[in-house]
Amino acid sequence: MTAPLLEVNDLKMHFPIKSGLFSRAKTFNRAVDGVSLSIQPGETVGLVGESGCGKSTLGRCIARLYQPTEGRVYFKGNDLVHLSHKALLPYRQNIQMIFQDPMESLNARHTVGEILEEPFIIHGIGDAQSRRRSVAKLLDTVGLPSRSATRYPFEFSGGQRQRIGIARAIALNPELIICDEPVSALDVSIQSQILNLLMDLQQEYNLAYLFIAHDLAVVKHISDRVLIMYLGQIVESAASETIYQSPLHPYTQSLISAIPIPDPHRKTNRILLQGDVPSPIAPPSGCRFHTRCPVAEPRCSETAPSLLEAETQHDARCLLINSQ
Amino acid sequence: MTLLSVRELVTEFSTDEGTVRAVDGVSFDLPTGGTLGIVGESGCGKSVTALSIMGLLPQPNGRIASGEVVYEGENLAMASEVRRQAIRGAEVSMIFQEPMTALNPVHTIGRQLTEVVALHTNQSAAEQISTATDMLARVGIPEPAIRMTEYPHQLSGGMRQRVVIAIALICQPNLVIADEPTTALDVTIQAQILELIRTLQNDTGMAMIMITHDLGVIAETCEQVVVMYAGQVVEQGTVFDIFDSPKHPYTRGLLASIPTLDNQPKAPLEIIPGMVPSLHELPKACRFANRCTFAEARCEIEAPPIEVLSSSHQVRCLKWAQL
Ligand SMILES: Nc1ncnc2c1ncn2[C@@H]1O[C@H](COP(=O)(O)OP(=O)(O)OP(=O)(O)O)[C@@H](O)[C@H]1O
Ligand SMILES: Nc1ncnc2c1ncn2[C@@H]1O[C@H](COP(=O)(O)OP(=O)(O)OP(=O)(O)O)[C@@H](O)[C@H]1O
Ligand SMILES: [Mg+2]
Ligand SMILES: [Mg+2]
Repeated sequence: MTAPLLEVNDLKMHFPIKSGLFSRAKTFNRAVDGVSLSIQPGETVGLVGESGCGKSTLGRCIARLYQPTEGRVYFKGNDLVHLSHKALLPYRQNIQMIFQDPMESLNARHTVGEILEEPFIIHGIGDAQSRRRSVAKLLDTVGLPSRSATRYPFEFSGGQRQRIGIARAIALNPELIICDEPVSALDVSIQSQILNLLMDLQQEYNLAYLFIAHDLAVVKHISDRVLIMYLGQIVESAASETIYQSPLHPYTQSLISAIPIPDPHRKTNRILLQGDVPSPIAPPSGCRFHTRCPVAEPRCSETAPSLLEAETQHDARCLLINSQ
Repeated sequence: MTLLSVRELVTEFSTDEGTVRAVDGVSFDLPTGGTLGIVGESGCGKSVTALSIMGLLPQPNGRIASGEVVYEGENLAMASEVRRQAIRGAEVSMIFQEPMTALNPVHTIGRQLTEVVALHTNQSAAEQISTATDMLARVGIPEPAIRMTEYPHQLSGGMRQRVVIAIALICQPNLVIADEPTTALDVTIQAQILELIRTLQNDTGMAMIMITHDLGVIAETCEQVVVMYAGQVVEQGTVFDIFDSPKHPYTRGLLASIPTLDNQPKAPLEIIPGMVPSLHELPKACRFANRCTFAEARCEIEAPPIEVLSSSHQVRCLKWAQL
């Protein structure tokens, strides 16, 4: 195996919770609680899990939009967590982010041309003329007409705005893009346009993606490997095909069985979970999934399982799997 | 027996830029106890169709311009507001997409449930409370008696959506319209809620209109499907008509463009090029023509009528027979 592009070791992001004014006891939202992962150059790693399990927080820690509480983020072997803002600048170029709602990340008062020119200005690349050429080329790459440069983000549809967000992310030839639910807000017919664009760009520039999404069919389609996250931790990881064909963790099994299949002839065999997702502020003892797990045993509420290799290249965090 | 018959429904809004026709000639029938799904691109008129049926169009700028909404033989489009109010909640109710907007943040869950019961039955206060508590238990809310005293913000998203469902179903309506009831929820919670709706439907025999953009949800829950595009029905049929032999190029494109678990990984997905036209500049003839790979000159000139392919299957396309 080649050297990984990105390696994350035991990453934690604990947000402090303001309790009473005079309360000394600090409580934390353990949004990301000991995540390790690696991404190879040109690889797509899917990240799936229920709302609030920490996907976006993990992505933001990797892109260094957040300063993680603990842990290491190595990009091509260099630890990013302890770099100063200045020393971080060249890496920022290399790790970009695409968001669910591009409107939030696009400055509404700037034209699309200005928005796309900005990364070049920040990183002091090229003169005005070459920057304009770069902008035109970017628009062409993401399939927008060149006259878009003089227009404002609100003049575009959701799908077109996502194209603008993608154009800005690829402006400086990054090697890794964190895609945080890039197609969740789009209509089905537009979603496939954007997914195709992301796959084309990956081919052309050997991009690696960390692809965060709710839609498991989308994740399966685009990913080489998939990570399943539950309450701040990775509970299973394997090649995309493997995880959908033979999921090991009871959470993954129920997640996959819950996908509605667009085929009226297929009768699905649901593993229905009970109850709601617990809070990351007070995660359950032992295995964090034991409160909803259909096969939990008494020991599951006492002992916290580790993420271990259960089969070749297939890790799971479950006492029932790993003790056999 | 037909419970609800929507006939040539036209709904318009007056806006600063003139009148827009959000729903243009929609017709469908729903039998007693049946389940009908409405799918289509964002803005195609799904919610406006639902609000027109419910008599809940935003006032004063929204109105049913023509057509009929016939519920058990009575045209609700012509009914008085008093009559509509009596029907709403008791016989026909709606589950809204965003539970937070459907719930009143300053009232307890219990009060919001008992209010509906008080309005439509003559139960005593004690009976209302026990009806409400039972209903919460039925939608799978643990410790319902405690939840009755809590406020919406104290519940998780999945629980709030269950409360919204409980409110919609508490008077055992004959018809419930669910507008994207699970879109905001995680898949495992969605599975719980859909299972719950299915069970309640089996128990009470109510009919349902399920509005969603998720073709998987449609395939699993619906018997009939209406596909809308830019305010019109472009195809409708049984769930098997639509999924096994879709005829309209838009329906076909929609079905082909969703990644499924059986897809070849990383293969290019089918796309529908272009975008939905704006209501302010709708094409004169076929509204899908500018995105349609099969369009020819006449598609831009002649408005396609609805054609009847079988007793269950209809399509609005000039070229369907040649595709
Ligand atoms: N900036 C922040 N400050 C404090 N808490 C935060 C912050 N960002 C996220 N959280 C909390 O961290 C937890 C994880 O949130 P996160 O947004 O990472 O989840 P997610 O998996 O991306 O969910 P979704 O699927 O809904 O986007 C949540 O409990 C959230 O409330
Ligand atoms: N109050 C209003 N005033 C003016 N136009 C409106 C109003 N409400 C809806 N519309 C327009 O009617 C059209 C249909 O809207 P509708 O909400 O029914 O779409 P939808 O199919 O439910 O879409 P979505 O999937 O996004 O919920 C849209 O173009 C919308 O802009
Ligand atoms: Mg998120
Ligand atoms: Mg709607």
